[in-house]
Amino acid sequence: MSAHSTAIEVSSKRGVWGGGNEPLKASYGKLMMWFFLLSDIFTFGAFLITYLAIRVSYPAYAGAAETFTGSNEYWPVPELVFEALPFLHGVHAPLIFVGIMTFILIASSVTMVLAVEAGHRNDRSEVVKWMLWTLLGGITFLSCQAWEWSHFIHGTDAGSVLTYVNGLGQTVTETVFGANLMVNEYGPGSFAQLFFFITGFHGFHVTIGVFLLFLCFYQAAVGVYDKRGHYEMVEKIGLYWHFVDLVWVFVFTLFYLI
Amino acid sequence: MEIQENKSTLQVAPRNEEKIKKIWKTAAIMLLITVAEFIMAFTMDRGILLYSLFIILTIWKAKYIMMEFMHLGEEAKPLFYSIIVPLIFLVWLVIALIKEGSDIFLMRW
Repeated sequence: MSAHSTAIEVSSKRGVWGGGNEPLKASYGKLMMWFFLLSDIFTFGAFLITYLAIRVSYPAYAGAAETFTGSNEYWPVPELVFEALPFLHGVHAPLIFVGIMTFILIASSVTMVLAVEAGHRNDRSEVVKWMLWTLLGGITFLSCQAWEWSHFIHGTDAGSVLTYVNGLGQTVTETVFGANLMVNEYGPGSFAQLFFFITGFHGFHVTIGVFLLFLCFYQAAVGVYDKRGHYEMVEKIGLYWHFVDLVWVFVFTLFYLI
Repeated sequence: MEIQENKSTLQVAPRNEEKIKKIWKTAAIMLLITVAEFIMAFTMDRGILLYSLFIILTIWKAKYIMMEFMHLGEEAKPLFYSIIVPLIFLVWLVIALIKEGSDIFLMRW
């Protein structure tokens, strides 16, 4: 798809180095989106690699799954932490909910790429249709994450008995329920901190993505892109949305599988 | 009328069925990889083998997202490499920090 090119035609006299060339053959907006995403890859990369480094600095839980209790002495097994489902209290369903979330985000990425494809064909009604599906997927994902966080913060019925240094500098032994930035019932303090920071930063990106998707959906629906003569905005916002999916693929593996 | 003016002057091209089919095929592959990861998480023993498989499958999925969904492969070669080549730095960072983390583990426990 070649959107309107602002570059001046290169005359043979000016040659390659005479200016007015488009060596990357992409519009300004698309290039900037790509380079922004590259910088964002480094930010998320730093977060996720920090997770890896801290995770390998703790022993892993080695006992049987049935007898698992959270402790700040070892890193928890993710499938024994993330095992709850909304409306089904007390049901042991390891990783099912996060699997559904992953599926929703991948599905919304697919509908996004279908919207981009429709944009290439200047097909307004299809763009609007697929953008709406993508928007729905994004909102559903965010809602799921809100529930996931809420459950993580409130914790299980039993909690875990932990010995830790509290905010006043005292060493206490007590039953801890749920998680905060200080202490959590699942594992070492950094487990919950990393969970909050990484899924929170990702969720923040999804939130911005949902705003952008809505903007794009609205502009497509009222015909802004038809007037403009091209649907490149769908493509640029699509790049961002796929990136959010890309990051989730890594978050999913590192947090929930490993 | 305002709405009349909004009527498209752009020519709507016909659907490229082959492209759309490819998108759905990619989606199916990604779904299958995720399901495979799920099954592996519950059937295989935790260890280096399982973790390496997870990371290989994840990078495989990332490749599909970047090449098929973000169309990075269709961009001009200089743009393609200016996105891919800097990621080499991350490889170094992964190796360095995993080493660092395991050394901290040895000192602490």
